[in-house]
Amino acid sequence: MIFKIFAARELAHLFELLAVNRLVGPVKKGQNAQGKDLYDFETLYHFEDLQLDYDQTMHAAKKYFLPHREETGSFTLQGLEWQKEVDYGGHHPLVLFGLHACDINALNKLDKVLLAEPYPNQFYGAKRAEMFIIGHSCQPTPACFCRSMGTDSVLHGCDLFLTPLGDDYFVEIMSSRAFHILENLNLREPDHEDHKRFQEAGQARQGLFTTEVETSDLSKILDMEFDSPVWSEWGRRCLSCGTCAQVCPTCYCYGVEEVVAMNMARAAKIRQLYSCNLLDFAEVAGGHNFRPKSSTRLKYRYYHKHRGFVEAFEEALCVGCGRCGTNCLADITVPEVIASIRRGEVEDV
Amino acid sequence: MSKGPFACRVTPSRSGQPQDHGDFSHQAEITMVYPLTATEKLYQIQIRDPEARHNFSFKPGQFVMLEVPGIGEAPFSISSAPSRHGDIELCIRAAGTMTTFLSRLERGVMVGISGPFGTSFPVEDMLGDDILLLAGGLGVVPLRAPIMSVLENRSRYGRVDIMYGARCPSELLFGYQHAMWRQFDIDLQVIVDKGEEGWPGPVGLITDLLRRRLEEGDRHRLATQTNAIVCGPPVMFKFVCAMLLEAGLPMEKIFVSLERRMHCGRGKCCRCNIGSTYTCLDGPVFNYWSVLNLQEAI
Repeated sequence: MIFKIFAARELAHLFELLAVNRLVGPVKKGQNAQGKDLYDFETLYHFEDLQLDYDQTMHAAKKYFLPHREETGSFTLQGLEWQKEVDYGGHHPLVLFGLHACDINALNKLDKVLLAEPYPNQFYGAKRAEMFIIGHSCQPTPACFCRSMGTDSVLHGCDLFLTPLGDDYFVEIMSSRAFHILENLNLREPDHEDHKRFQEAGQARQGLFTTEVETSDLSKILDMEFDSPVWSEWGRRCLSCGTCAQVCPTCYCYGVEEVVAMNMARAAKIRQLYSCNLLDFAEVAGGHNFRPKSSTRLKYRYYHKHRGFVEAFEEALCVGCGRCGTNCLADITVPEVIASIRRGEVEDV
Repeated sequence: MSKGPFACRVTPSRSGQPQDHGDFSHQAEITMVYPLTATEKLYQIQIRDPEARHNFSFKPGQFVMLEVPGIGEAPFSISSAPSRHGDIELCIRAAGTMTTFLSRLERGVMVGISGPFGTSFPVEDMLGDDILLLAGGLGVVPLRAPIMSVLENRSRYGRVDIMYGARCPSELLFGYQHAMWRQFDIDLQVIVDKGEEGWPGPVGLITDLLRRRLEEGDRHRLATQTNAIVCGPPVMFKFVCAMLLEAGLPMEKIFVSLERRMHCGRGKCCRCNIGSTYTCLDGPVFNYWSVLNLQEAI
């Protein structure tokens, strides 16, 4: 990997250089009831809007590569005949400015399944091909358990990664595109002192993690505890609202619906992101529901992320960002659910 | 040297629009509709483009995604013989929005067909062996393709049994073909949960038929040269597979076809996911060993 250093004041210059493209980054959206600042990824129009010291955004940047609703085909209808048109989109470059390691690793995981042959998701692929990603280091929040999931650092999946070191930025350059763009800044080679500062910053960050998830043998334990009463207890609390999937950077399940124009001359297929916690997720025509209980649906979510995906790709479909727990209306968190499976009981909250 | 801002326009890391990977379906015409029962109809569907029709090649047990523009898209097992390529037959029960709409269509309507998708019953691996085909209710639909395949090569298989259970005689499917199947030296037995007036056959469960067949069968032959193909409601799998195992059939010679909700058929929507597998890619046909290793599969 190639490392460089540039002065923090140069960041605005980098922003301006990239501003010929659409820029998306963390912005302040308001405050919650406790007066804590809330952030989300939005289109950036001014450098001042970019809040790189954000703790975490409410949503992952998912809407830019897996939109909540997306047209996947349109039909022109005429009598008994029809024609179908498909536009994979992704015609405009998009710069994602300031993604944390968890969200970049989430993209790496999504790539494995969504770009997999023989039927890659071309809509996702087209957007991914047009993306330029600038990663930014972060300070863990009490909800973060990315270190347990092995997603607290990034080796690939972005074009460059920034770590602030006092008045400087330590840059890890991961693509030739990034290299050439950075040629426009005043860069210098990092020296031994910079390497030391980088390591110290990393160590200080490690000390800030307060939440852990024990993942050893987790897939096997989930299989063993498939009939554990713990699941019914979590199922009793779960509202089956699907918020966890909406904020999750790695949830990609969807449903397809068709819409027809009023004049019946056109129709479109709309892909809409879904959640495996919603009641009809596994219901088939005729009314049979393979997961009628909220406990089986909640359990399925954990099995897919921490067992099924592990078997298929040798890694979990979870980056430990903790958004699902932070936003859960019933205070169900991944660390607590997994600990309860190991313990065999749910602690009262 | 500064390159100016325009040089910083981000160029795609890969060039051009991606290739088509099944987001387009074949245009196909409904050429015939036969009502089979009060709720099921058999649709003959022909892929319009002659070349695509000829190149459409599937194996028994695979399914297609059938698309009706503006109404929906859903997975259906192919019920016709693989030798007929893109002249397929789908047997569809009017159960949901799309299938009810389909049931009102007449010949001449254009639909979209994509696929074939999924795994198949490995009938070519069963050459020389005995085959037990067990169908419950609508489960006979995915079994009709392997039945037709076996019929076309009847002399190359050993003993072939079809055991078919339905709720009542009026719900029996493909009754008009039963005599023809029997002519091919196939031991077809039909049983219903509830008889109706004039029903000459037995009343009971499919397990009654299977028990008799397994008791009279040669134990060595069952353990070494017999394959089972099973499709039916979830409860049927449990009992039938338990009996087959008890009779000595190895797990890798018991094949089931599972039903799940699907929105894509391409391993992306996740709706048919069971554990680490997608029913659309790794199934719908699984051998019993795979099923045993999938929680909540049957």
